[in-house]
This record gives sequence, C-alpha cells and structure tokens, in this order.
Amino acid sequence: MTLETGAGATPAAPKAAAAAGAATAAVPLVEIEGLVKYYPIVGGFLRRHIGDVKAVDGVSFEVRRGEVFGLVGESGCGKSTLGKTLIQLQPPTAGQASLDGVPIFGKRGKELKKLRRRMQIIFQDPVGSLNPRMPISDIIGEGLLAQADAENHWGDRKIRDKRVADYLQAVGLRREYSRRYPHEFSGGQRQRIGIARALALDPDFVVCDEPVSALDVSIQSQILNLLLDLRREFNLTYLFIAHNLSVVQYISDRVGVMYLGKLVELSEVEELYLHPRHPYSVALLSAVPDADPRIRKKRLVLKGDVPSPAAPPSGCRFHTRCWLREQLGNPENCSTIDPDFRDIGGGHLVACHWAEKVPTSVVASAVPTAEETPVAAPPAAGPPTAPQDAAGRPTEGSTTSGA
Amino acid sequence: MTLTPDPAHPAGSVARGRPLLEVRDLRTYFHVMDGVVRAVDGISFSIRAGETLGLVGESGCGKSVTSLSIMRLHDMPPAEIPTGEILFEGRDLLALSEDEMRQVRGNDIAMIFQEPMTSLNPVFTVGDQIAEAVMLHQGLSKKAAWEKAVESLKAVGINNPERRVKQYPHEMSGGMRQRVMIAMALSCDPKLLIADEPTTALDVTIQAQILELIREVQDRTGAALLLITHDLGVVAETVHDIVVMYAGRIVEQGGVNEVLLAPKHPYTEGLLASIPSKGKRGERLNVIRGTVPNPFNMPPGCNFAPRCPYAFEPCTEHDPRIEEADPPDVACWLYTAAPGISTPPRVRPRLDLIEAVR
Repeated sequence: MTLETGAGATPAAPKAAAAAGAATAAVPLVEIEGLVKYYPIVGGFLRRHIGDVKAVDGVSFEVRRGEVFGLVGESGCGKSTLGKTLIQLQPPTAGQASLDGVPIFGKRGKELKKLRRRMQIIFQDPVGSLNPRMPISDIIGEGLLAQADAENHWGDRKIRDKRVADYLQAVGLRREYSRRYPHEFSGGQRQRIGIARALALDPDFVVCDEPVSALDVSIQSQILNLLLDLRREFNLTYLFIAHNLSVVQYISDRVGVMYLGKLVELSEVEELYLHPRHPYSVALLSAVPDADPRIRKKRLVLKGDVPSPAAPPSGCRFHTRCWLREQLGNPENCSTIDPDFRDIGGGHLVACHWAEKVPTSVVASAVPTAEETPVAAPPAAGPPTAPQDAAGRPTEGSTTSGA
Repeated sequence: MTLTPDPAHPAGSVARGRPLLEVRDLRTYFHVMDGVVRAVDGISFSIRAGETLGLVGESGCGKSVTSLSIMRLHDMPPAEIPTGEILFEGRDLLALSEDEMRQVRGNDIAMIFQEPMTSLNPVFTVGDQIAEAVMLHQGLSKKAAWEKAVESLKAVGINNPERRVKQYPHEMSGGMRQRVMIAMALSCDPKLLIADEPTTALDVTIQAQILELIREVQDRTGAALLLITHDLGVVAETVHDIVVMYAGRIVEQGGVNEVLLAPKHPYTEGLLASIPSKGKRGERLNVIRGTVPNPFNMPPGCNFAPRCPYAFEPCTEHDPRIEEADPPDVACWLYTAAPGISTPPRVRPRLDLIEAVR
C-alpha cells in the first residue's frame, strides 16, 4: 500500500521494498542494556545532591524489527522516562542502547542528528505537543528542515510542503490542512498530526508514548487502526508505551511490564495475558474492568500505593505489596535479594523468586478467559465498517471546528 | 431505575415505591458568545433508593452537565435550565431557594468529583474540609466534627487516620485523595451519591481499590449511586442499570447486561465494538466514523444520523425520542415506527436469548 497522492509521491517506497518480508524474523532493531535514569533530588541551602529519583533502574530488553513492543505499568513506573531516554531526549545515567547495531548514547552533533532521523516519538498530549502558533506545515516541516541535505532537498520549501501534504494524507487528513493551526483540529485529528510529524522523517523506530490515552474510545480505535496500517505501510517498529492493558494487548506482539523502574515480566502477548507469572502482573490484569458483564474476575486488590521511586523497597521492589509473598508466609529472600530477571521457558522472563509458586487457580480466576464468541446483537453481529478511502483507510469525518 | 412508569419495561425492577431521584425532561443550555449550546437536551431518568445507575457517554455528551445540574452547581447565566424537573424525594430541586439547596447539597446528595487534585482545597487540612461539612449540616461542635472526620477517614480504609486528618492534600497520593473525597461525601450520610468519573485519574490497581470501596460503602450505607463515566468496563461491574448519552440526549437505557451484551442503538453498538480486546487482535477495530456534531449546529433529525452506518430515510428528518419508544429503551428509528414508515426495520433482541447466553 503506497500513498496514492496522484503526484507520484511514495516517500517510503524504497525502504518498504528493501525490508519487505524481514518483519517476521526475530532480528533485534533496538537493544537496550542496563539502562538507568536517575533524576537528582537537590535540597538545602546549598542545593546539595541529597538523593535520586530512580525512575529507570537497570532495564534490558530488545525490540525486534517490525514488531510492536508494548510497555505497560502504572504512573511513575518509569515507562515514559525509558522511552524519552531511549531516543535521546534526555541523557541516560548509565547503560547502553543501540539502534540497528549503532550505539545511541554519547553521540553529538551530526552523528546524533543522523540518528534522530531514524527514531521518532509520538507524544501523549495532542494539545500540548503541538505549537499553537505554528501552522501544521511548519510543525511537520520543522523536522524536515532540520534534517535537510543535498540528497533529500528538504530545504526547498516546495519539496518540503509536498512531503508535508503527503504525510497528512497518509494519516487520513486532507492535504489542504497544512495551512491550518492546531486549534482548528479535534483531539483525534491533532494526534494524527503528531503521527505525521513523527513519520515524515521516515524513521525505522517510533516510540509511541501513550498515544491514545487522551482520546475517547471511538477516536482511540481510529488511531490504533491507523498506527497498525502505518506500521505495515512504512515498515515501522514501535515501542508502544501505555497504561491501558487492553490497548497494549490489542496492538502488541510482545509486552514488558514495569514496576518502580524495573521490568518485572516480559513475554509474548498471548502468554503474558493468559499465563502471567509475576504476582504484580497477575494483580494488574485482574484489576482491569471488562465491559463484558459475563466476565467475573476474582480481583487481587493490591494494598496501598506504589512506594516512592526515590526510596524503593529493598530486595524485590514489589515485596511490600505482594500477595504471593503473604501467601507463602513472607519468605526472607523477597525483602533481601533483588530477584534476577530470568527465563522460565520460551522466552518468558520474570523477576520473581517464587514465580513457579503462583497458583494456577488464582491466575485462572483473576484472568478469566472470556468466551470468544460475541453475543450477536440481532439482527446484525456488528456494525458495517465505516466507509474507507482508496487506501483502505477509514476516512475521518471532516467536521473541523473553525473550518 | 425505571424509565417512565411502565410496568412492562424489561429492565425495570419490581416497583419499590417512589423513586429517590427523578429527572424529568431536563434541559441545560449554555448561552455563550457564539450562540446557545444545548448541552443537555431533554433527558429523563430516575433512581430508587439503594439502586445504582450508570450514566455513560463520550466527552461532551452532557453527562457531567447533568450531574452538575442535579447539584445546581452551574453558574446561571451563562447556564440556563429552561424546562425540566429534578425531583428528589418528591421535591423539585430546581424550585428551591439557594439556602434550601445548600441543605440538600452535601447532606442529602453528595458528590465525588473526578479530579482529587483540584477538588480539595490545598490550604486546608483534609480534617478541616471534612469537618466543615459536618458542622454545617449536622450542627456538631468543632471537636465532634473533627472526631467524625477521623471516623470517616477510617471508614474509607485510610491507615492511621488520626495523623492523616491533620495533613494537607498535597501530602497524599492520588488514590488517597480520592478516598478523602469519598470520606467527605459520606460524612453526612447522603441518600444519593453522585460519582463523576471517580476513577478516571487513577491507575488501574488504585481504581480497583476505589471501586471496591464505593461498592462497599454503598452496601453498608444503602445510599443510591449515580455513577458517571466513559469507561464501559467500570460501568459493567459497578451498576445495575445504565443510561447511554449522546450529544445531550439519552439514546439507550436498560439493565447493564442487556445494554452491554445486546446493544440496540447503533451508537452503543459501535462504542462497544471499538473497545480493543483480546478477541480483536489482528482485526481492524470498529470505527465510528466522523466526530460528535458541532453543538452550535446539531443535525436535523437524529443527532447520530450523520455517523450512523444504518441511517435511512426518517433518520435525517425526524428526531427519535426515547420517551416515545415502546418500551422506552432506545431512541432509534430502527426499532420504532417512524412517521411514514409503519414497520421498523429491526425487532428488539429477545430477552430470553440474552438470558441463554448469560
């Protein structure tokens, strides 16, 4: 599927062709090794360094080429910090990361700029992330201008504007919208602009930082469909950061669960959602309310709040709220030894000393497998699909305020 | 909840006396520079004592405006309530004087707001804020009110309430602040609790705690609950009856199982189908095309017609009203004979079918 602009614009065609079929292989695109990000806490009259907020505290995983890697966790667990550090919006405290074998950290100047083009981010807040004083053409074009060189001719206004229009069309907006300002768009449309901005540079790797959490559910589904279409079209790899477990389950191939700056579980999506092995993941999944009233989950309500990342608990960070530890009679190693992030078979990684002791009965009642057969709402099983444009993408309504 | 006095209504629980709260043809308009926004445009529903009703819809559908209208918390002008009655135990709240209303607010009807951050006063301790309401409504002394504050913090599961009561909101986490809000709402033993998106700002494990707490206090105190939310999952497990709003109108209502398992209105159907879930992996999600209509320029006929995949002739001309449907469970010409069309295209799903699946 290419952009059918009628003007022969196929911004991603060469790359898509080159990488076609490569998406299935488990080749790591991004490798992260022991990533640490601390924010210093300063205090006192002399603004001395008195501690650290350990936002990300030693995280290692890889994102495979062509996959959607979902990263879930509650607020303050460090998932957004990880995303922002990874694409060098802020320097890491320690650790290594590479994109396609090229080290990401420690680069400056031209080298860094070259790398930036290959990794982009889509932000959560579609209002705050677009400059209200810039027309859309400048918002999307700014990155192009910064990355302009003799090869791509993005310095040329005409070429740049055409590319902006191409990408507006690619995200389901009208080409003419490039003259408008952010306030003229709805939340869903703004998020589309944010996506166009990220993709216009033709990146390989896109960090999606809570891209749908500010949107209503009917708009959310439009954006999720769009992200999946674009992944196929432009051969993208996503790191999809979200707190909504259902969204992550829908979109991801593999999922990592974070708690207080660390990964506690990582696995293929089906495996993780059906057979969670970390007591935190089990509790998290059991807490998700389901719109199907037939599903009755046995909820594992966690006590208290997440401890402060400035002073995380000793040993396993989850031990202060762990229901499994309680069931096992408070074994000592939970509070003294930080568990390894170990493989319990088939690439399912868990950071828990007692992962094998998680009772299957508890998992089964906390994460019941819903019947797959939806109730047919007579007479139709579901609404007919929305009308689609030539590219097979649903057209978005053109009701724009202030149009 | 019953809709209108209609014994045949499938969702209607057996009549148990007069409803506690009855909203009749409520309209709330806002007069702004560009014209009039009909945020709530003629809705009716009722709650009996001890019952739970969920009011759901997407942003801008008028669900929060409805709750603020019940509490009479809109500034008038710009707001205006041109018609409608809000009967609480038979008294019309809209006809009360401000002084009388103040006796109802917080005392008979209490509200839990969405933002635990902004709904608490940052310069007073939480104890002061809870005690204020108790002193005002129950005429307790300062000391007794303070004790009541400690007691109500304990009742919502806050550890060490004697210490917490002296703390300021900023010293507490989001979940804790929401507990304080609930404690405050419950301090005067209200008969009706209105919870406006009580868990939207919270993480899912904290949300589970708060929903559990709301259920528990509702069981314990027997207060009726009006839960306002956009999250169909939260509704599914918290309430018995549900009202779905779209663009200021009620489009569908009924028991929570019926509405969520066998939605009738195309909007409800589309909304449910667009929720991502496990079963939908690898498929495209359903999309409700277009966006909510511009409030200054509502479409003629059915508000949902421009986005509706089933829209046919009467939809763009005639406005379906839920009160005119029989039974009044859905406002849609697919189920009700439209002017000029004697047989509606669809029949209502059979209840025994839903029972069988359950």
